[in-house]
Amino acid sequence: MSYTPGNPVTRWIEYRLPIFGFVHHQLVDYPTPRNLNYWWNFGSLAGIALVIQIATGVVLAMHYSADSNLAFDSIQQIMRNVNYGWLLRYIHLNGSSMFFAVVYIHIFRGLYYGSYKTPRELLWWLGLIILLLMMATAFMGYVLPWGQLSYWAATVITNLFTAIPLVGDAITQWLWGGFVVGDPTLKRFFSLHYLLPFVIVGVVFVHLWALHVHKSNNPLGIDTKGPKDTLPFHPYYTVKDLAGLGVFLLIFAAIVFFAPEALVATINNEPANPLLTPPHIVPEWYFLAFYAILRAIPNKLLGVMAMFGSILILFALPWLDTSPVRSAKFRPIYKQVFWLLVIDAAVLTWVGANPPMGKFVLIGRLATAYYFLHLVVLMPLIGWFERPRPLPESITTPVLKEGAAAGGAS
Amino acid sequence: MKRLMLAAALAILVPTAAGAAEGPAIPAHGWPSDGLFGRFDKTALQRGFQVYEQVCSACHSLKYIYFRNLTEIGLSTDQAKAIAAEDEVEDGPDDQGEMFTRPGKLSDPLPRPFPNPQAARAANNGALPPDLSLITVAREGGADYVYALLTGFEEPPEGFALGDGMNYNRYFPGHQIAMPPPLFPDAVTYTDGTPATVEQMAADVAQFLNWTAEPRLEDRKRIGIKTFLFLLVLAGLFFACKRKVWAKAH
Repeated sequence: MSYTPGNPVTRWIEYRLPIFGFVHHQLVDYPTPRNLNYWWNFGSLAGIALVIQIATGVVLAMHYSADSNLAFDSIQQIMRNVNYGWLLRYIHLNGSSMFFAVVYIHIFRGLYYGSYKTPRELLWWLGLIILLLMMATAFMGYVLPWGQLSYWAATVITNLFTAIPLVGDAITQWLWGGFVVGDPTLKRFFSLHYLLPFVIVGVVFVHLWALHVHKSNNPLGIDTKGPKDTLPFHPYYTVKDLAGLGVFLLIFAAIVFFAPEALVATINNEPANPLLTPPHIVPEWYFLAFYAILRAIPNKLLGVMAMFGSILILFALPWLDTSPVRSAKFRPIYKQVFWLLVIDAAVLTWVGANPPMGKFVLIGRLATAYYFLHLVVLMPLIGWFERPRPLPESITTPVLKEGAAAGGAS
Repeated sequence: MKRLMLAAALAILVPTAAGAAEGPAIPAHGWPSDGLFGRFDKTALQRGFQVYEQVCSACHSLKYIYFRNLTEIGLSTDQAKAIAAEDEVEDGPDDQGEMFTRPGKLSDPLPRPFPNPQAARAANNGALPPDLSLITVAREGGADYVYALLTGFEEPPEGFALGDGMNYNRYFPGHQIAMPPPLFPDAVTYTDGTPATVEQMAADVAQFLNWTAEPRLEDRKRIGIKTFLFLLVLAGLFFACKRKVWAKAH
């Protein structure tokens, strides 16, 4: 299936650099399983969220001052005196929440339909690397406005590195560029906050490359067996992605225009004050679950290890999950247990938002224990003992069964 | 399971009451700028500015507000210029290298009551009066908090140990506030003849501070409604396209 452009100019270019053919094969006639549901929208939505963050971020950086004496004021300058600066900032600020929401759904979709299983382990790994990069980027972005929580979040999180035995203090001072969080810290965070999104773009391309080798998984979790099982990406999935994008933009706009500060802690509208520790230091909602894991363990070093371990363990998931069946649709036990992990994540998020006192200590510890139990114990056990339901012969069989007589059409 | 998942999603997305645990509950007052179609009440903003200028500005700055911004609350350019001209601003250096003073201009920020935080503390029994530009977004409760605080001064309950030079306020976290009750009846004489009760002045200045915190609020809501309606149509078109294209595939 070679591609010959009709236009002589594009043909001239194509002969020297087959870029149009590349786009055609990867985005137009790219064979995609015909049964993808709307949960498969979240990959493209994540890509769009990334582009929105970069586009707004580049313009915001034109007006922002990465100086501890000017940063807070420069944000207000953007909000008040830059044309539509308030809009750019509110999009960027809430865009990070939209990005994480979409990515978390994307990850849970992968968990439900077994998208991490062979031959897509590297695809899964690349996704996790993107998640880690996103977390670093979001954390450093949160520091830039240099409000009270910006400053204290930076202090709390960078202090985690002091837990490293022997060299912890040295590493932390090296990260800070001083003996406390200060102007050098802000400047390097700004530099890295600008750099990392482009690293994410790079990893996203490798993620897509890996995706396009074995193509998308699908709700049935079985391999495609020829052209009957697939549809060309364009127009079928371009329009389906657009349909999802419409809903995404409506939710995004509702937040940006009608509740732009809903996800912002009021205290971050006060300038950083190194002499005044806020009563509660909480991260953004998308870090709360990890924050809860960190605080669930009374030992600092072990807490830090559990927090990072909660993501690192996901790299082992393709082997922790011993079931050969991908989709939870055919796994009667896993299908139920999956939701326990979703609930566990919600509980951890809720615990992370509350001070570590009273009932929250116990709930946080139980939820943390369950998280690791789920991945390290339940996943292998269920894979071994569960009797999966019979898999359909091909993607087309169940799809066309709904149309009954349509089977003879081919 | 679908319902559980929705509950989980809500638990994650609904903003958490982080940092809200401190302080007494603030009663909701309700303001013209609330809601999807909320707009500032310009006459209230002008009265609020009068309260700020004649009362609050003795101790509190509004560092992000310039005289030119006053035209946004409904004052004419000439009125704003006249207000600016009452201020004396140090400018310079001139071509002799000397600093000089001149009347304020539209491009000047509102004057600050103290040259630095140390001077502010020295004049206020060690307490630092915060800048008020962002106060309604930097406190839980927003304008409701400002209103509650300004009307919440009362005698301390029996047995309450009030610190030296401190005042009892029902709504301040810990109830001890360094600021003495700033408003008393007829503290200002409104140019529009509105009776200057404490509640009226508190409500006016709360709205004014809501404006200083987010002067682009009206733009945001106006553009928001247009954008949302546009996206609603766009999303409908996208969905219709999807159905049309996929009709062939089933």
